[in-house]
Amino acid sequence: MQPREVEDPVNSAYRLHSRAVLASLVRLLGGFDLAEEGLHEAFLAAAVQWPENGVPRDSRSWLISAGRFRIIDSLRSKARLDAVRDDLSRHLDMASQPTDPSMEDGFPDDRLRLIFICCHPALPPDAQAAMALREVCGLTTEQIAAAFLTSAPTIAQRIVRAKARIRDLALPYVVPGVDELEQRTEGVLRVIYLIFTEGYANPERGGASEALCDEAIRLARLMRDLLPDGEVAGLLALMLLQDSRRAARLDTDGDVRSWRSRIGVSGTGRKSSRAARSLTKRYHVRRLTPMPCRRRSPPAMRALRRSSASIGIGF
Amino acid sequence: MKYACWVYLERGALDRFNVEEGAKLTEDSMAYDRLLASRGNLIMAQALEAPQTAVTIRVQNGKLSSTDGPFAETREILAGFVLIEARDLSEAIGLAEKIPLSAVGSIEIRPVMHMRAAD
Repeated sequence: MQPREVEDPVNSAYRLHSRAVLASLVRLLGGFDLAEEGLHEAFLAAAVQWPENGVPRDSRSWLISAGRFRIIDSLRSKARLDAVRDDLSRHLDMASQPTDPSMEDGFPDDRLRLIFICCHPALPPDAQAAMALREVCGLTTEQIAAAFLTSAPTIAQRIVRAKARIRDLALPYVVPGVDELEQRTEGVLRVIYLIFTEGYANPERGGASEALCDEAIRLARLMRDLLPDGEVAGLLALMLLQDSRRAARLDTDGDVRSWRSRIGVSGTGRKSSRAARSLTKRYHVRRLTPMPCRRRSPPAMRALRRSSASIGIGF
Repeated sequence: MKYACWVYLERGALDRFNVEEGAKLTEDSMAYDRLLASRGNLIMAQALEAPQTAVTIRVQNGKLSSTDGPFAETREILAGFVLIEARDLSEAIGLAEKIPLSAVGSIEIRPVMHMRAAD
């Protein structure tokens, strides 16, 4: 890549905002296909208009509305040409409704919403994770295949089938109610942790991998606000702790440093004692922080905060 | 990433179409090429003449031999190709899916091998 491209505002907007724009367009246009077209159209418009008129102050909102209205325009002209077809007019109705871009169903974030949609129980778990990593985090199919130790065609087909299933079953692009929310939580946490791991395990990607870790932590914080559950807090704590040593994880030769023995021993001790008590909550067992954290237990949460603060983590 | 989309058709697949349908297919194909180009996804798209117009050559022990037509007689023939630029294989599949000929034949999507010397 040439240095000129690095400074191009359209390219940097793509890097920074394309996933958020896509997530919002999926909500506004009611589907992946239209949202992807809208994303293309939005950046096409930016490439034409920004050099002339300057970069808009809120470029993300600009891109979202540019994509949305271009798709609405093209749906309108198609509808005129083809006579009115049901699916077109349905999309048009949906896309044209005036919406408050921030909170329509009280859900705080389009990207987290998109993860919940990807984790629909009608989709196989492998497909859920692959689709979420691609659509929400902007990983390529090839990168996801490398993370899953499988081939790119396998992952690509999982994603294609999952999207076709969403389309065939007409799964709505809405966040489920609280009861269903809990059903999907495991899948969502898995995806968030995969996002984090993808960033954490590939430090050679520099800023891109930091952005993945930060995004995973941001999503976990949103999840904690949404669902004050022990598992969610456990995952957040696990990621914050790992993140705190991200910069020190590799030594100068690029090898993984081991934990200092004191922390390692207390972590191991905790793990085995928890296992002995059959408390095998996924993120608690993996977590190497030296304190208990039971579901919805205020003293445990306070201990977690104290302990996090003692090792210099903002929690 | 670059992906080559090879369009295969069964022999005689296009004979089923009448003149108008054939013209419509050509028109749709060219319109889709223009759409891909406007989005920066198109590198090149070409349709190929029939296999009987082809010559296959090989050089063995420094000697050129040539035969008419493709070497193997297969039921499916290579009818054309579209070379695209896509973010990843999933996007390439999404773009290839909408090539009008995908409804008539099949499309094989192959990642273009990245070779440093070619940059």
